[in-house]
Amino acid sequence: MTGNIPFNIPFVAVAILISISLFIMVTQRNLIKVVMGLSIMASGVNLFLITLGYREGGVAPIYTHAPGQLMVLPVPQALTLTSIVIAVATLALMLSMIVRIYRSTGSVDSEKSRMLKG
Amino acid sequence: MMSKIVRTMAGIIVPFVFVYGLYVILHGHLTPGGGFQGGGVFASGVALFIVAFGSAYVHQRLKEHHLSLLESSGVLIFIGLGFGGIATVFFYNFLVGSSVFGNIPPTGANPGDIWTGGVIPLMNVGVGLKVIAGLSAILLVMALATTLTEVEE
Amino acid sequence: MRTIAVAIFLSIVIALLISAALLIHPFGQPPSQMDDYIIENTQMETGANNAVTAVVFDYRGYDTLGEATILFAAVTGVVTLFRRKKKENRQ
Repeated sequence: MTGNIPFNIPFVAVAILISISLFIMVTQRNLIKVVMGLSIMASGVNLFLITLGYREGGVAPIYTHAPGQLMVLPVPQALTLTSIVIAVATLALMLSMIVRIYRSTGSVDSEKSRMLKG
Repeated sequence: MMSKIVRTMAGIIVPFVFVYGLYVILHGHLTPGGGFQGGGVFASGVALFIVAFGSAYVHQRLKEHHLSLLESSGVLIFIGLGFGGIATVFFYNFLVGSSVFGNIPPTGANPGDIWTGGVIPLMNVGVGLKVIAGLSAILLVMALATTLTEVEE
Repeated sequence: MRTIAVAIFLSIVIALLISAALLIHPFGQPPSQMDDYIIENTQMETGANNAVTAVVFDYRGYDTLGEATILFAAVTGVVTLFRRKKKENRQ
């Protein structure tokens, strides 16, 4: 896919994805929707890391049966791998905390579990 | 526990998923993959097993202390290989050029040789064991917590 | 009152994000000095065919140690949150 892609369309898509998830996290009251917004923001950041290291006409940076000479950058892909694993770990911990909050207060509304009770 | 058709098909498909996950872990230095990706594939096979057979049936055979032993041994393999090349620097690749896993591939495109890579395939096995045990422990504990409804502490 | 503050904050952040996306380097020509060195010398120095695995485990192995620690801490936290009280009469 050679040729000039005008106006950096992938970077604008990443900016739109992060702003939608920020809007969800700030305005919603249901705790599960806030966690969904955080997961969308993690996907947006991973997409940004991969599109930083793209070279036009490049192939995957693996030498086993490599089809071409020009390769994309390998370091952003390694950082994305770490970021995906960290997103899975924090998502598991957040969902476990939501289950405990539901068992002790009876609802997943964030306005009903504000005050620290004895 | 789901119906007999679901249990039979899950029992047929799950060994293939396990073999595929182990293949992705062991060939991490030749094809796309490695420890984290192969561990995720293996854990999805465990998830299919838990959904088809029910969490109480799986919990009779697979306790938490088995998974804890597997995860700790994976981390110890990883850190022990990091300390192996401590004469130069922490995490030095001390097996390149020596006897075990020490071949050097020819530059450019080539069909891969599995005995290359230095210390990287052994680190893949360590991280793969850790991710398998960690994700299976998360799945098993969360599936158990939603079935038993006794009030605790 | 609160909705006005939220609207102002969100509009400022969204404007900054989209302007940053338009001012970054053109898509397809990244600055790449370190990655050229890594692509050239992977097979000689590490002996692996996969440059991404070599970066994760050899050139940047310390970051993988940190990530393994985070995964371990998250699994410990999840198992701790779901513990059950043992019954009093255990043989």
